[in-house]
Amino acid sequence: MRVCIVGCGAVGSLFAAHLATLDEVEVWAYDVVAEHVAAINAGGLRLTGRAEIVAPVKARTDPGEIPPCQFGIVATKAMFTTQAIAATAGVFVDGAVCSVQNGVGNEELIAEHVPRVIRGTTFPAGRVVAPGVVQMDTAGDTWIGPFEESPASAAEIERLAEALTRGGMPTVALADARGAQWTKLIFNAASNPLGALTGLTHGALCELAPTRALISALVREGVAVADALGITLDSDPVALIDHAAEVAHDHRASMLQDALAHRRTEIDALNGGIVRYGAQTGVPTPLNEAIVALIAGMEHAWSSQPEAVAPTAGGGGG
Amino acid sequence: MAISRVCVIGAGTIGSLLAGHLAGVCEVSVLTRRPEHAALLREQGLRISGKHELAAEVFATHEAAQLPQFDIGIIACKALELELTASQLAGHAERAAMMTVQNGLGAEAVVARHGPWPIISAVTFMSGIRHSDVHVEYELDTATWMGPWAQTTTPYPLVEELAALMISAGLEAEAMEDLLPAQWSKLIFNSAINTVAALTELPHVDLFAQEREFGDLGRLVHGLIDEGVAVAAAAGVALHDDPWEMNVLAVARGETAHSDYAHRPSMLEDVLARRPTEVEFITGALVREAARVDVKVPLSTAMYRLVRAREASWQAGAAQAVA
Repeated sequence: MRVCIVGCGAVGSLFAAHLATLDEVEVWAYDVVAEHVAAINAGGLRLTGRAEIVAPVKARTDPGEIPPCQFGIVATKAMFTTQAIAATAGVFVDGAVCSVQNGVGNEELIAEHVPRVIRGTTFPAGRVVAPGVVQMDTAGDTWIGPFEESPASAAEIERLAEALTRGGMPTVALADARGAQWTKLIFNAASNPLGALTGLTHGALCELAPTRALISALVREGVAVADALGITLDSDPVALIDHAAEVAHDHRASMLQDALAHRRTEIDALNGGIVRYGAQTGVPTPLNEAIVALIAGMEHAWSSQPEAVAPTAGGGGG
Repeated sequence: MAISRVCVIGAGTIGSLLAGHLAGVCEVSVLTRRPEHAALLREQGLRISGKHELAAEVFATHEAAQLPQFDIGIIACKALELELTASQLAGHAERAAMMTVQNGLGAEAVVARHGPWPIISAVTFMSGIRHSDVHVEYELDTATWMGPWAQTTTPYPLVEELAALMISAGLEAEAMEDLLPAQWSKLIFNSAINTVAALTELPHVDLFAQEREFGDLGRLVHGLIDEGVAVAAAAGVALHDDPWEMNVLAVARGETAHSDYAHRPSMLEDVLARRPTEVEFITGALVREAARVDVKVPLSTAMYRLVRAREASWQAGAAQAVA
């Protein structure tokens, strides 16, 4: 079995390294960071933290050097999906490609380039600490199922889930993976951007009455859209949020980390996704739309030069 | 009554702009919060640059008891400092009239609790950049609107006289018999622009008026303004200006159309300096008024909550705020 990871950052590396521990799986990786790719090829892909693995992964910055693969796992940030799958489409001419990205809308973009698509949602998280080295911070489950418009076969989905589980990434194959995806989407959309906008950790957001109330209001909009789409959530997003407040109290949401580093965020795939599906189903989502506008405005502020605003005493710049 | 002596209480940006201009046409005293600020003003005077170049000599003190007699007191401190400032004036200048220029709602009532002064309500749209204790740049030379506060018997001719004095000093001013419509127009405008600027860290640029696609900032600003307009209508206030038009005009004006010289709303300044903001007096006041007249304002409520949470992030040190 040959698998290609598309986007071998933190999450992609967790999948790549675990799969590469299996003798019968040949793991390739496509990534645009040459230094990271070179380090993986030189010394293997190393995981630290929750997993200690050094695994043989063949990484490439040129997708033309990657042979045809039966499976793809797309793990780029959501704003790079089209770019990444367009570049690697030739690898998956007869393959099934699974998204394990944040938000909604990634499978639709992938399906424009490859024949069969798998809808996926994953909870494990980590960060790249050095070229070729990824720290695994959080373990957790992954859920995969057919993408309705151009589905992979049930047998393919089972086969991928079985390999991932055996490799150490517990994965559940489902007939309908939308419930898992929307549960995580609603959870992320209600909490992540609030961290970016306020500078508060997840735990602090939950403890502070004003943000706790706003989280609940955002969750309600997301649940209403999921209901209108006929999606049964696999758990209560509010319970997930409370759980995270306990186990990840001091965690800075990835969007807060993006904000601190002035990197583009995944807002379009998160709250933007809820707004788009809300518009499709006639469910109003004014608060999610407000959050999209605020984060987009914030990104705009980073992209303009710090000199773009008149300096003042104590001013911190854009 | 001929106004010949004005005391400016609070020498921040707006107070300094008022004092620096009025000193050219009448006797001006300044009450500061910090003693060293008063000392600097006494020694060096006050410099205005930008739209006007002025050098003013002013009497300044940080003690209300040291103030000379005055006919009009202009209270120009931040809304957050109003209670303390007004309490210091208690027992002083009992024959003067006081004008409040604070953002938001409720400043007049706070001042009225501390003395028998007739009160003039005002809203100001001028803005500046404070370069030092003794130098303020006059940025937007937009108007100050003023009117008698209905709960005191402030004679309207006094308001007209003060407006005329300000105009003779080179400022833009307009007297109105009923200020509420203008005050509410500014409240609604301010609530939307200030909270959006504070959370995005954007100055008031043309994005604030763009509303073509979902996620465009102008749609959020428009939604916030629509909520405010609904509250004003339910409260029986006919607005003086359409706050959305105010927004469109402000970003189209020469000074703000180019993002290299866009106006930074005060709440953005506060957020960048990690100071408490005036959100409680602006958006908080609007949200409370909405509850009183039973109008739903979910967007304004969300903005109010986010700014309060942003403030909490510095106080708690819970996480490094986005800077």
